[in-house]
Amino acid sequence: MKVTEKDVAYVADLANLELSAEERAGMLRDLNSILDYIERLGELDTENVEPMAQVSDRYGVDESKQGSERFAYASREDVPEGLRKSLSQESALENAPDADGTFFRVPKVIER
Amino acid sequence: MQLTKLTIDAARSAVQQRKTTALALTEASYARIQKEDEQIGAFLTLCKERAMEQADRIDRMAAEGKPLPPLAGVPVAIKDVMSTRGVRTTAGSKILGNYIPPYDCTAVARMQAAGAVVLGKTNCDEFAMGSSNENSAFRPVHNPRDLSRVPGGSSGGSAAAVAADMAVVALGSDTGGSIRQPASFCGVVGLMPTYGRVSRYGLIAFASSLDHIGPLARTVKDAAIVLRTIAGRDPMDSTSADLPVPDYVAGLERPVRGLKLGVAKEYFGEGLDDEVRHAVESAIDKLKGLGCEIVPVSLPHTPYAIPTYYLIATAEASSNLARYDGVRYSYRAPGVKSLSEMYRRSRDEGFGAEAKRRIMLGTYALSAGYYDAYYLKAQKVRTLLTRDFEEAFRKVDAIVTPTSPTAAFRLGEKSNDPLAMYLADIYTVTADLAGIPGISIPCGETRQGLPIGLQILGKHFDEATVLRLAHAYEQAA
Repeated sequence: MKVTEKDVAYVADLANLELSAEERAGMLRDLNSILDYIERLGELDTENVEPMAQVSDRYGVDESKQGSERFAYASREDVPEGLRKSLSQESALENAPDADGTFFRVPKVIER
Repeated sequence: MQLTKLTIDAARSAVQQRKTTALALTEASYARIQKEDEQIGAFLTLCKERAMEQADRIDRMAAEGKPLPPLAGVPVAIKDVMSTRGVRTTAGSKILGNYIPPYDCTAVARMQAAGAVVLGKTNCDEFAMGSSNENSAFRPVHNPRDLSRVPGGSSGGSAAAVAADMAVVALGSDTGGSIRQPASFCGVVGLMPTYGRVSRYGLIAFASSLDHIGPLARTVKDAAIVLRTIAGRDPMDSTSADLPVPDYVAGLERPVRGLKLGVAKEYFGEGLDDEVRHAVESAIDKLKGLGCEIVPVSLPHTPYAIPTYYLIATAEASSNLARYDGVRYSYRAPGVKSLSEMYRRSRDEGFGAEAKRRIMLGTYALSAGYYDAYYLKAQKVRTLLTRDFEEAFRKVDAIVTPTSPTAAFRLGEKSNDPLAMYLADIYTVTADLAGIPGISIPCGETRQGLPIGLQILGKHFDEATVLRLAHAYEQAA
């Protein structure tokens, strides 16, 4: 068992999940089974292998260019309105579970 | 003329020539949905008003004799992970159950600008996490070919909508196989373009370095028309590539004689169903008969693809799903007294079991002390998997494999065993990790009449060859 009950509680806390006792037990079982399977990555020597975070790490579209030059197309000028107008306040608040017309409203932040 | 069975070109030219109207096509699709979808469950939300307005606009253009755009009047379905302005977009999750986006996803906007009529939003696994569509928070989707079986996932609703003639084409998303596997299970064409070929702007993120938007269609040509419509640089997505988009449709008829096709033994090993193996092998023979040269290739890191995928995808998901906090647009649990209780209870009640499992796995893989052993290790193996393809593509123009090790399984068959479910993606995840394009096309049926899919993988940004081969096979089969 790689993952313990304590780990499940710790990770749930990091992820802002509460999880019922039943869910925690299921999570303990599933995470261990999946991580057992994942163990096989240890068979590979990756000492001198570069990590790949993005497909474009390897495939900037113009291979004749070097480094960040390859992705020059991805940057743009910083303009106040950006590429589209910002959402109106009304539109930005429309999907909020609780708002007062100006702000998102949330329960008390500071507990004492 | 059977209005719900038309191809894109047939529908468009019928509207252009005033043999029918976009309104009639749209009505026919809704009638079909009305009749079929109660038992299939492909759609979560219909947007009839928006559809009728668009159809009416197309009909007025046709009446004025104006040349119609390529998708004019074509009824389409959109997977519910793509934002649609004014139309509820849930990602198959209760946590976005009431979310109405204020803007359109770029791919949807481009479809609509090309004249497509958006019928509604299709069911999917929650946040596109799943291979059976059973993780939808709303209801499972049933495979139109056999209602006791799953349509595949996560774009199960999109595949079922096209297979059951409820829409001409649909958009889906593919992170680990979510377009190609349901296409294979439902007997339709599903194309995942190269990473960066289609903008992800407005796609609800699951794993940003792996998410792709692409078409599900009844013919390869229809898939090519949709790709031509949605592909190309979009300044709203910095990862969308600034490359010219070839005319995929014009290239379809080019001969395939002389193309080199790789066959990798790693895709024909243990776990592959015999009937699927036979169907795929005869498809390869057929391609050989069309003049393709079959070349054995090796993709030696393939057995490490699933563990690599489930670390990277869950790590990215745990970060992407952190935004559902119950403040701005997602579900908030009632009666909460403090901010932290609000976060926890809203996420607890809003997310389903699989989303929570992946958030937990991803958070664990990224947490202090485990980052190097899991996340960083997986990123390095991702490089090895990508190099496998680079090596192979020095020798061949495309690689052919089964799309899925089995035909559609039964509802409930794998839903209690997450690992068994993950293994359903064994032949599809590698292309997502490497960012190469792949298509699934029907290549026969099992004795029980279940569709089998042939997968064709291509070089980065070479969808043209993938489509050309798929079209040649489709025409010959």
